[in-house]
Amino acid sequence: MTSSSPTWDAIVIGGGHNGLVAAATLAKSGRKVLLLEAGSDLGGAARTEEFAPGFRVSVLAHVLNRLHPDVVRTLELERHGLTIERGDFAPSVALSKDGALVLHGAYGEVLTGAAPSEQSAWKELRAQLLRYAGILKPFLARRPPDLSGMSMAEMAGLGQTALALKKLGKEDMRDFLRVLLMNVADLLDEQLADDRLKGLLAFDATLGSHLGPRSPTSLLGLYYRLAGEAGGAAGAQVIPRGGMGAVAAAIRAAADKAGVSIRPASAVARIIVEKTRAVGVTLAGGEELRARAIVSAINPATTFLDLVGPSEVDTGFVRKVRNIRMKGDAAKLHLALDRPPQFTGVDAVDHKGRLVIAPSPDHVERAFNPSKYGEFSPEPVMEITLPSLTDASLAPSGACVLSAVVQYAPYALKQGWTAGKPQFLAAIMAQLETHAPGIGSTVRHAELLTPADIEARYRVPGGHWHHGELQADQMLMSRPVAGWAGYDTPIEGLFLAGAGSHPGGGVSGAPGLNAARRIIAMKV
Amino acid sequence: MIPQSAEAAPQGNSRAAAQSHFRTLRPGTPFQPRIDALALKNDWYDWAGYRAPHSLWDEELEYFAIRSQAALFDISPMTKYRIEGPDAEAYLDRVTLRDVTRLKPGRVHYTAWCDDEGFVLDDGTLFRLSPTRFRLCSQERHLPWLLDSAFRFDVTVEEETEAIAGLALQGPTSSAILRDAGFAGVERLKVFDLAAFDHDGASVVISRTGFTGDLGYELFVPAGKALGLWDRLMVAGAPRGIRAIGYTALNRARLEAGLIVANADFTTSEHAIRADRTRMPDEIGLGFMVDPEKGNFNGRRAILEARAGRKLRHVLVGLEIEGNIPAEHAIVYHKKSQEVGLVSAAMWSPMAKRNIAIASLARPYGDTIVDDLWVEIYAMRELQYQKLMKRAKVVPRPFIKLDRRTASPPADF
Amino acid sequence: MKAWDAIVIGGGHNGLVNACYLQRAGLDVLVVEKNEWVGGAATSRELTPGFLYSNCSYVCSLFRPEIMRDLELPRFGLQVISYEGGAVFTRDGDYLANYRDHHAHRREFARFSRRDAEAYDRYSRDVTRQCRFIQPLLMRTAPDPTSFRPRDLGELLYLGRKFAGLSAEEMALTLRFWTMSISDFLDEYFETDVIKANFALSGIIGTALGPMSPGTAYVLLHHYMGEVDGSVGAWGYARGGMGAVTRALAASFRASGGTIRTGAEVDHVLVRNGKARGVVLAGGEEIPGKLVVSNADVKRTFLKLVEEKELPDIFLRRVRNFKIRGSSGKVNIALDSLPEFPALPKDSPVYRGDMHFTDSMERMERAYDDWKAGRWSADPFLDMVIPTTLDPTMAPPGKHFMSCFVQYAPPKVNGRDWTDADRDGFAESVISQIAEYSPGFRDRIVHMEVRTPRELEAEVGLTEGNIFQGELTFDQLLFNRPVPGYAQYRSPVGGLYMCGSSTHPGGGVMGAPGRNAAVEILRDLAKSTSHMSPAHDVI
Repeated sequence: MTSSSPTWDAIVIGGGHNGLVAAATLAKSGRKVLLLEAGSDLGGAARTEEFAPGFRVSVLAHVLNRLHPDVVRTLELERHGLTIERGDFAPSVALSKDGALVLHGAYGEVLTGAAPSEQSAWKELRAQLLRYAGILKPFLARRPPDLSGMSMAEMAGLGQTALALKKLGKEDMRDFLRVLLMNVADLLDEQLADDRLKGLLAFDATLGSHLGPRSPTSLLGLYYRLAGEAGGAAGAQVIPRGGMGAVAAAIRAAADKAGVSIRPASAVARIIVEKTRAVGVTLAGGEELRARAIVSAINPATTFLDLVGPSEVDTGFVRKVRNIRMKGDAAKLHLALDRPPQFTGVDAVDHKGRLVIAPSPDHVERAFNPSKYGEFSPEPVMEITLPSLTDASLAPSGACVLSAVVQYAPYALKQGWTAGKPQFLAAIMAQLETHAPGIGSTVRHAELLTPADIEARYRVPGGHWHHGELQADQMLMSRPVAGWAGYDTPIEGLFLAGAGSHPGGGVSGAPGLNAARRIIAMKV
Repeated sequence: MIPQSAEAAPQGNSRAAAQSHFRTLRPGTPFQPRIDALALKNDWYDWAGYRAPHSLWDEELEYFAIRSQAALFDISPMTKYRIEGPDAEAYLDRVTLRDVTRLKPGRVHYTAWCDDEGFVLDDGTLFRLSPTRFRLCSQERHLPWLLDSAFRFDVTVEEETEAIAGLALQGPTSSAILRDAGFAGVERLKVFDLAAFDHDGASVVISRTGFTGDLGYELFVPAGKALGLWDRLMVAGAPRGIRAIGYTALNRARLEAGLIVANADFTTSEHAIRADRTRMPDEIGLGFMVDPEKGNFNGRRAILEARAGRKLRHVLVGLEIEGNIPAEHAIVYHKKSQEVGLVSAAMWSPMAKRNIAIASLARPYGDTIVDDLWVEIYAMRELQYQKLMKRAKVVPRPFIKLDRRTASPPADF
Repeated sequence: MKAWDAIVIGGGHNGLVNACYLQRAGLDVLVVEKNEWVGGAATSRELTPGFLYSNCSYVCSLFRPEIMRDLELPRFGLQVISYEGGAVFTRDGDYLANYRDHHAHRREFARFSRRDAEAYDRYSRDVTRQCRFIQPLLMRTAPDPTSFRPRDLGELLYLGRKFAGLSAEEMALTLRFWTMSISDFLDEYFETDVIKANFALSGIIGTALGPMSPGTAYVLLHHYMGEVDGSVGAWGYARGGMGAVTRALAASFRASGGTIRTGAEVDHVLVRNGKARGVVLAGGEEIPGKLVVSNADVKRTFLKLVEEKELPDIFLRRVRNFKIRGSSGKVNIALDSLPEFPALPKDSPVYRGDMHFTDSMERMERAYDDWKAGRWSADPFLDMVIPTTLDPTMAPPGKHFMSCFVQYAPPKVNGRDWTDADRDGFAESVISQIAEYSPGFRDRIVHMEVRTPRELEAEVGLTEGNIFQGELTFDQLLFNRPVPGYAQYRSPVGGLYMCGSSTHPGGGVMGAPGRNAAVEILRDLAKSTSHMSPAHDVI
């Protein structure tokens, strides 16, 4: 292998879902693609792993609700085993001492457990939220507009958005512009009365971010969720059979089919930059691999600060990269249970859904408060799934897997996670016990992944699953950093394709797809 | 209720000791007792927060001290950073425009540094005191930029403006004075050389550099030893006409030498409130510093893109103007009608016997179009403007070239 | 009965500005004010002999100089004095001062961090650039983005051009600036807690947000875009207290022939056939007017002074949804001598500036958490000034007036109304904080006026005690202020206009809403606005 001629058209760093999508899409365009994964397993944060003997679980993401339709179509994922039927849609259940409230179908097409007045208020609000999220939706599969000079395509894209806005009609457009950057709690207070429903929505809006429902701009989180879809229905969610690893496996199958060479257990130590151009990578073992394009589907800070090194980029750029806020607040809980738990007031069938403990927006806000000061929530909020009820193969017969995303668990816990983790676990268990009495005595094994654990185990700096806070000032043209939001970077030949880039995290594949499209468009 | 903070107390005392600075809004430099004694005119200005003299006794004569004897000028207010560590060379190579690997220990070069957009943050002199130790001198302050640039470099950056006093000794007899003051071997310094000498048990770094286009030296010494150094030079220099001078005289000399001053001839990027005031090196005559071959440095990408895309908007030129009325801050016109730029510094040059100026022009004027340029001078004479439209010719800088500046060994006057 | 050309409800500074401009355009204008004095929240009252308080607003910067000039306010006694500096006291017995002199400022910061000392230039450049972008928008009517009228399109184009005129870096910063928290923003420039706290306070004053809430970076701009005689961002005292502003306005108004009726509380606006025809006072007196301008906030105006049936549902819904939660209170204190702060050197200019005791953003944010929970802050944030150090007219010789602006104070305490005991508890939280830093402080107190949101609402008429007549979040700025579709000072009722801080560009003693409303009214009347200066150039 000579050092002057690149062996590959593209080397993709990172075998998470975005890396796989980027690699597969590039390979389908006729490029010779090598994908390097540091771990022994593909899938990144979208993996299914055994956490206790006989118990398997989706390691981070456990609900599929935003895999982008363009990704499904481009990679023909249905041919590779990923099918989602309407019947798979999982309900969302707001747990409460006052009885559960359930959003059925695609994000509450039908609402049960609430007063008739609340049902009609919800119907109206849901339609409005979906309408507004729909305005923003086309941005997901588009490169953010380039502020230093827009291409015709970008202008046309913005023109379409303007047109869509006008189509809303005058009053609806006005409301859209008013609420765009609002906090979710105020909007909910304007339109709803039931704390359980408001709590659920407030939780969904702030899940995965360092915001409380009263933080301005928190409504964007809800839009982000509702701009996603599953099985063609906006806002729908499924608990994937086989866990999220099955989704990654389908994408991997598409990558294999497209001819991507995949090398697991190949950690990249350096991105080789010669004359300010990225020309290859050096593996941890010292092996050098060369390519015309290097596509980093891992964290942007890791990419530039560790793999490229600050000297190859400018100080202002390093500043911006270091200023990306990416300290996670979400922990992941895995419980191996002797038997399925019984959540009070929840129908058997709804146990297969997403169970949310967030009794009111104020409760979520109170849970958020301590995280600002590096303390965990004494009464955490969480979304719980019982994936073994959907796919019995995930747990030994009769036993049950519980998977929960829990907030708020600040990455930089003041007291340190060594001391804090058992205390936080106890706080979580106390909440679970309230809603599923007796659950504690059925725990065979508990695994709690704090953001610090997530960082260490899944190479996610700060343990932040979006690889950077998904807040208004870190979105679109500002993601991952202002001036370089379009997947290309100050280093020629180096591209970003991970969740740190627009539109952000969640198992969507959109950053990977958009990056691949950009590379293809640039004819790299 | 005052929440107690565990880490609060220990630092308090040193901080508290510094509180009294508010009583002295314009402190002096370590040389102030000597300068105060010589400041017959009490004509002060604010140099980076210090009290510095415009002129001590006669600005004309102070100027001629530079050109015919030796002039002593206090440069202590200049911002100074000590940059030290195994990666210091690589670090400075990334921060500044010129190739620092080619700057040998014991040498100085004039350089500049830019932000990501290729806009000049400042220009200054870089002293290589040892393989791993540098001093960077500049007009403005840059600690956050320098520290942020040091991320992942094994290097320390410390601001040492107050700790280190500086003197410029400039003029034909300067070399002889230094020798007579006992700095043996100083005459062996070639232009842009530096060497450390002993002074009163401390080290004084003497470099053959300056801001006058003349034979001259700059001396850096720990603040505590400053007065002794001043006295040593004054005593040794008396027979050769050494005089202390103020900024007005120095400013004339620097203009004749064609040198530019940050935030006088161009606006530094971190101070430009109006985004269009920022300048790339090629726009202020510093394009020669840009070394595209040396690997990445701050602004490289933007500068090369601007060059390739012909996006350079300005050019800094030397002008020679008809007549003898200084054209300071005059507007420059093409064909007497179209505004194309501004004069930032101007004077009648006693050495060149020409009316000279430095101006910033909007390209292509001053670049490819250099004919038919005019300046409009508003000369205020007894409460009335005399408006003059004078022909201006683009000429190379420096406006004067003195062989004695570079002669080695220097002449022994 | 005589029909006035215009009746202005409320003699606050915006109402008076509006009335002045209308009167000078040749209209016959009546201002009706419920209190026995005019001034609204810009008032100076003598509540104890010899002491003048700035009862609500207490410092001056935002008031537009164009208005001062147009209305000849200096001739009617207005004089604004820049103050000298300020400080944040630290818990270790030191303080961080702000000095007017650039280099003293730097040296002061360097006591805490050399890096932060040198970071100030870039910070100041970036903030100034944002101010320059926004400042020209203050004196313009916000465009309606849903409209195709040439004026709105023209204004939208103006905004677009202004934005397009920025460099890509500036645009990016602008976009971030409008959505960031002041805490995150400052983290990008500074490393020292107290230095960040020193700047962050401008991001929270008057808002129901903490420094860690997105959107507070914009609030900082709102406090920076004022000026004192061309010195942008500077703050000063109005000589004679903030009442001097409205006293001068009232005098200017009367001098141009205007009429003011105090002690005249409006019960409702008279509406016939969808048009405002005058006002009815609390006593039942009917005053006819050809048009009515309300200086009251949008909620008070449309939920209390206008009958529901006169208003479209969608408008009412939006008015009800307008966010106007009060977040601050005020403690005004008459002192028999100048308090001493042992942390400060006796000759420190800080005494002649604004003083604060909150030395970290975390303490500010925790104070805000109390507000969210429906309590006044246990460890409140204070913006404390002693105007008598520069303006001896406000107290007897040697004695002093101290103004403490306090955050946070919720509109309701634990969901119920404020009681007198609550008020006293709130005051005690303030006094005890000051006393921690100023031994013997309590003994110097001659008299004290305590104003919680309850008092602000009852006396000044500010709904929920919100000093900006509505929160300054993005959903309530520009074309969203006060409500979408009615951001151009008009209302659904013909001839009924708004001119208070509920309208663009919002609160603070700025006068711009009153002026901008006058422009729109005169436009509707096809009258000249040649007596109104355009916004001063920003060059």
